[in-house]
Amino acid sequence: MAVHVKIPTPLRKFTEGNERVEVVGENVGALLEEMERRFPGIRERLCDDQGKVRRFVNLYLNGDDVKFLGGLATKLAEGDEIAIVPAIAGGRS
Amino acid sequence: MSARPDGFRADSLVDLVGRTPLLRLRGVTADLPPKVRVWAKLEGFNPGGSIKDRPALRMLQEGLRTGNLRQGKVIIDSTSGNTGIALAMLGAALGFPVEMVVPSNASIERRQIIQAFGAKLIESDPLEGSDGAIRLCREIIADDRDRYFKPDQYFNEANPLAHYETTGPEIWEQTCGRVTHFLAGIGTSGTIMGTGRFLKEQNSAIRIMAIEPDDAFHGLEGLKHMASSIVPGIYHEGELDDKIPTPTDEAYDMVYRLGREEGLLVGQSSGAACWAALKLARTLDEGEIVIVFPDFGDKYLSTNLWQGWGEMPRPADLPQR
Repeated sequence: MAVHVKIPTPLRKFTEGNERVEVVGENVGALLEEMERRFPGIRERLCDDQGKVRRFVNLYLNGDDVKFLGGLATKLAEGDEIAIVPAIAGGRS
Repeated sequence: MSARPDGFRADSLVDLVGRTPLLRLRGVTADLPPKVRVWAKLEGFNPGGSIKDRPALRMLQEGLRTGNLRQGKVIIDSTSGNTGIALAMLGAALGFPVEMVVPSNASIERRQIIQAFGAKLIESDPLEGSDGAIRLCREIIADDRDRYFKPDQYFNEANPLAHYETTGPEIWEQTCGRVTHFLAGIGTSGTIMGTGRFLKEQNSAIRIMAIEPDDAFHGLEGLKHMASSIVPGIYHEGELDDKIPTPTDEAYDMVYRLGREEGLLVGQSSGAACWAALKLARTLDEGEIVIVFPDFGDKYLSTNLWQGWGEMPRPADLPQR
């Protein structure tokens, strides 16, 4: 199932400048794995050495904060939208 | 110029800006060489709660002096939060309406405080960070140029001037001229440019060092990763002696330590400053390091700093000393 992922400016260097990509994954964890396969290096920016999402990273599923839903196990459905949002960052587009 | 005497009385809110205390850190510095001391300038003591009161006031005073700010004008700017609070507070005190463009992922407390001062909050795309706010603000002004006074903190020389005239002299006096290193984070770069300029004039051997996020994708609200950002017009990298890249995780951990080991609840930019200062301090035999703690931490209790992914420490879960 394809999910729309919105990419923040500082990470668009991994997605060939695209601010929006389509990624397949049945839950958020699987989605991050798939993103790493397609955009090598991006996972390290989002997750620490133990695979946990970094503290300053927010993931929103259709506007709701994933950490208050089911974390990495949060199920995804066709057409969902995931937004990756850092606390605050600069970044030229 | 030094910290206020007991019983300080002010005729106007603007008289309360600046003259903040300088506190020696004694807990997190316990393992440092004995002749290396670290001092924190506690800017949370400003009436608006952050260092941004200083440039905000100076920029408004300059606007009033030149006539660019006058009755009928609306004060507008883009900000990640603290400048918005400072301008909203001063606008209320001086009788000007205020509109602030803030990325919608700035902490809820900051956004609410801006509104509590009666200012209008305009939210920009969180995916574009502070640069998105800068661009949106430019668009709003372009639609009605005569309506607005924009302090333009990234390009207004009154910003570094505020620190040249106040922060720098205060630090010089509070350390009796013994400061050897001055460290501050770069957001607009006003603090480090203005303070650094003043201190270098007193003693050119003083090292001026900037703290910046170690990556474009970071969680240090208020700080800028210069290489990937719109570079502020007031920023002159040649005036810095060095830059210390700081990881978000280390800065957050230092915030938790400062709470437990110093009794200071501060924001993440202070955590970054302290982490960088300790890193520097371990390389010295002696020195008087002055760092800036831009604000206190109560505005961040709702943010990722304290509300995280389950395994993150909440205040109640942190180990007791």
